Amino acid sequence: MKELNLLIVDDEPGIRSGIKRILKSFTVGFPFMAEDFSFNLLEAETGEKALEFINNSNIDIILLDNKLPGIQGIEVLEYINKNNISTEVMMITSYASLDLAVKATNSGAYNFVPKPFTPQELKAAIEAITKHLYLKRMTMEMKKEDKKVKFQFLSVLSHELKSPINAVEGYLNIMKDKQAGNDISDYETMIDRALLRIKGMRSLIMDLLDLTKLESGPKQRHIQAVDLHEIAMLAINSVEPLANQRNIKIYLDADENIYYNSDSKEIEIIFNNLLSNAVKYNKPNGSVNISIKKSDKEIKIIVQDTGIGMTKDDISKLFHDFVRIKNIKTRDITGTGLGLSITKKMVELNNGDINVESIPDEGSTFTVRLPL
Amino acid sequence: MSEEKKLILIADDDIDYLFQLKIIIESFGYKTITAESQNETEKIIKEIKPDLAIFDLMMENQDSGFILSYKIKNKYPDVPVIISTAVTKETGIDFSSATGESSLIKADLYIEKGINKEKLKFEIQKLLSKK
Repeated sequence: MKELNLLIVDDEPGIRSGIKRILKSFTVGFPFMAEDFSFNLLEAETGEKALEFINNSNIDIILLDNKLPGIQGIEVLEYINKNNISTEVMMITSYASLDLAVKATNSGAYNFVPKPFTPQELKAAIEAITKHLYLKRMTMEMKKEDKKVKFQFLSVLSHELKSPINAVEGYLNIMKDKQAGNDISDYETMIDRALLRIKGMRSLIMDLLDLTKLESGPKQRHIQAVDLHEIAMLAINSVEPLANQRNIKIYLDADENIYYNSDSKEIEIIFNNLLSNAVKYNKPNGSVNISIKKSDKEIKIIVQDTGIGMTKDDISKLFHDFVRIKNIKTRDITGTGLGLSITKKMVELNNGDINVESIPDEGSTFTVRLPL
Repeated sequence: MSEEKKLILIADDDIDYLFQLKIIIESFGYKTITAESQNETEKIIKEIKPDLAIFDLMMENQDSGFILSYKIKNKYPDVPVIISTAVTKETGIDFSSATGESSLIKADLYIEKGINKEKLKFEIQKLLSKK
């Protein structure tokens, strides 16, 4: 139970005690709210006293009479509006003129309750204003969170982009200073490493392009029947050169004509990432088994490799942005740390889920389920 | 009459950057010992006292460099620490809140990644002569 501070501003003691009686044990709850709200009731008989409350404590909701002995309710409202005070105001007044209503609405009053009101009317109004307050605060929270996530992403991204530049620059400077001798062959490893880092940077850019596709939102999706067998074949073709180099066999077990309604680009990204990982993190002479099975309620895509595998600890971080498993077995494998996080996002965009099981030194199995 | 070469501990999870630092620092006439992770560095610190340490900031943790700085200064208060990072202030990661242990830790020097040979040589000499 959460308590909201509710300030009743009215010069008539009878009204204040009446409102208190009605709201004393009143609570507001909605299915989407984590907890119910109750109200801590505070009273002010003048506008001046109300301002004192507003300035000295966090008032969530104000029931504000307009006709007050000193400054008027509307002036209190204007003060709140001018000073950006986060509180919701409901005007209660018996002299509701159109002029006042317009003025109050312009100054941010949430609504009006004309006097006299029944307990039911008051409760309904309080219910509405509480819901409004809750949603407004949640939205603000979410926007803040979203900004923070984006900002962190950019910081890490700049780090990931600078690292390969630093590495390549470092090697070039060593060569410029002829630090390892005069013969270009003395620098062969460094040149290979520099090329590898540039390749890594290129994959990072490609992954970022995949991500922008995600960011562009649902409007840009082109949903159609996607031939999964065909996409799997395309993905196999694109990793084949690397697989051949390392003598890795790729097997596909899938019926032809398995269709799934989605954006073909998304499905391509899923297959490409899972397959290239299965080859990259495999052992020489290993194999990759792909299976695509359709049942009544889902399509199951399994990509299994005979590679270096991972520990439970590794798996727990695996799908996060820029996470790379760093150990002696992966040090010469380039990767951006984005592939699987993108894959997961693509799968989720299709309301599916992705799981991984792995045994170190034996291999990993990725299972994607797409609901039908 | 020749003085014993000073030992510099270098930790960085970017193996290229680590390798480059190693050869450059060795070209200045120092001995080096290298580590590719925070974990490995912690093991080295337990056994060996270097004359100076250079830590990458982000390794297994976002604040690995700070943690290592804290640990090495705890054990050998007189060892100067340089923290190198590709993360600049403008990108604004809040390190202080990352793993807790990092609060109140100071390194002797922060350098932005991308090796500037002359500057690096000068700073190492300066820190070593202060001891």
